[in-house]
Amino acid sequence: MSNNGHGASFINRQSFIELDARERATALFDPGTSRELLGPFDRMESPWLPMQGITPQADDGCVVMKGKIAGQAAVVVALEGAFQGGSMGEVSGEKMTAALDLACADNEKGMPTSAVILLETGGVRLQEANLGLAAIAELMASILALRKHAPVICLMAGTVGCFGGMSLAAGLASYIVMTREARLGMNGPEVIEQENGVEEFDSSDRALIWAIHGGEQRYVTGLADELVDDDTPQIADAIRHFVSKGVPALHRSSRAALYRNRIEKLDTSGQWDPKEFRACWATNGSNEEKR
Amino acid sequence: MEQIEFNYPAKRKVLERAHVGVVGSGDLEILLEPAEGEVAHVFIRTSVDGFRDTWKAVLDRFFTKYDGAVRIQINDAGATPGSVQLRLEQAVEVSER
Repeated sequence: MSNNGHGASFINRQSFIELDARERATALFDPGTSRELLGPFDRMESPWLPMQGITPQADDGCVVMKGKIAGQAAVVVALEGAFQGGSMGEVSGEKMTAALDLACADNEKGMPTSAVILLETGGVRLQEANLGLAAIAELMASILALRKHAPVICLMAGTVGCFGGMSLAAGLASYIVMTREARLGMNGPEVIEQENGVEEFDSSDRALIWAIHGGEQRYVTGLADELVDDDTPQIADAIRHFVSKGVPALHRSSRAALYRNRIEKLDTSGQWDPKEFRACWATNGSNEEKR
Repeated sequence: MEQIEFNYPAKRKVLERAHVGVVGSGDLEILLEPAEGEVAHVFIRTSVDGFRDTWKAVLDRFFTKYDGAVRIQINDAGATPGSVQLRLEQAVEVSER
């Protein structure tokens, strides 16, 4: 492809990152099949934020939609990263958990229903403290219940990324899809810098952060299943692919022995470079799992 | 957070509701719904206190052109008057398309 052609395809790309949570969710369904559940006019907002002088959002930053993906019933839950950093509060957590539980009940009644979770989140909403923590615990139980019947797909498009307790929830997913712009990690860069100092982790060093938490690194080291461009049709394609693929033979979180073995082998006496680490954990063509 | 309410006279029935925006830094969310009677009611919750006069100026101007009988709820996270104006116009556009 010529440089010109490449430039045009970049410019004409339909960015997914630029969409809000509602537009993102809608874009993943077969056209005309989606409807929103508990939308903004139902006003299921956080009762805790106004008490602390913070303006709530009418849907608590959590969009739930039901419809069809690749011709099969599916529920999509999308967190709005622009509202309180996509944080999980009591209401947003309950919406997400209830949506997955209903999908689970449908599967048990013989109606196969997959779930797609769009994560743009820093984790627990600190203003709702224990209720946010409880919400994530419940969500994890719901993912575990549902993933036996149907795939639970987590999509991180960016640019917030997925951190804190929600990164643990994502770890339970059947499949993880990421863009290069997205990040996935337990402790966010700012948190590490705040706790251990700038010598430990410089959260303003974007190249370093993306080399560690970024989608490409996560994909190459086997912590994500698909790396996609910030392109709406390509992302919708990837989601359809994993919905059609069904429940994986073995979930990532069930491969404890593989990851324990890998971590044990890491020499932590020196400082690892993200590139060296990538070479060490690269899974492409590896038959490590069979050993 | 400050709560502000305004009423404006209305002449016209509105058929469709509209939801636009997000409660993100420098932005706001608007929920516009049809209402009974000849009045438009605006209810604002804003994260920035002390700007009642500015809100009034923006809405006074908006309601010189708009005459729908609606309930408008605004959840604001520090949007500038220009952004508020654009979001209001967007909400009307969505409800009337």
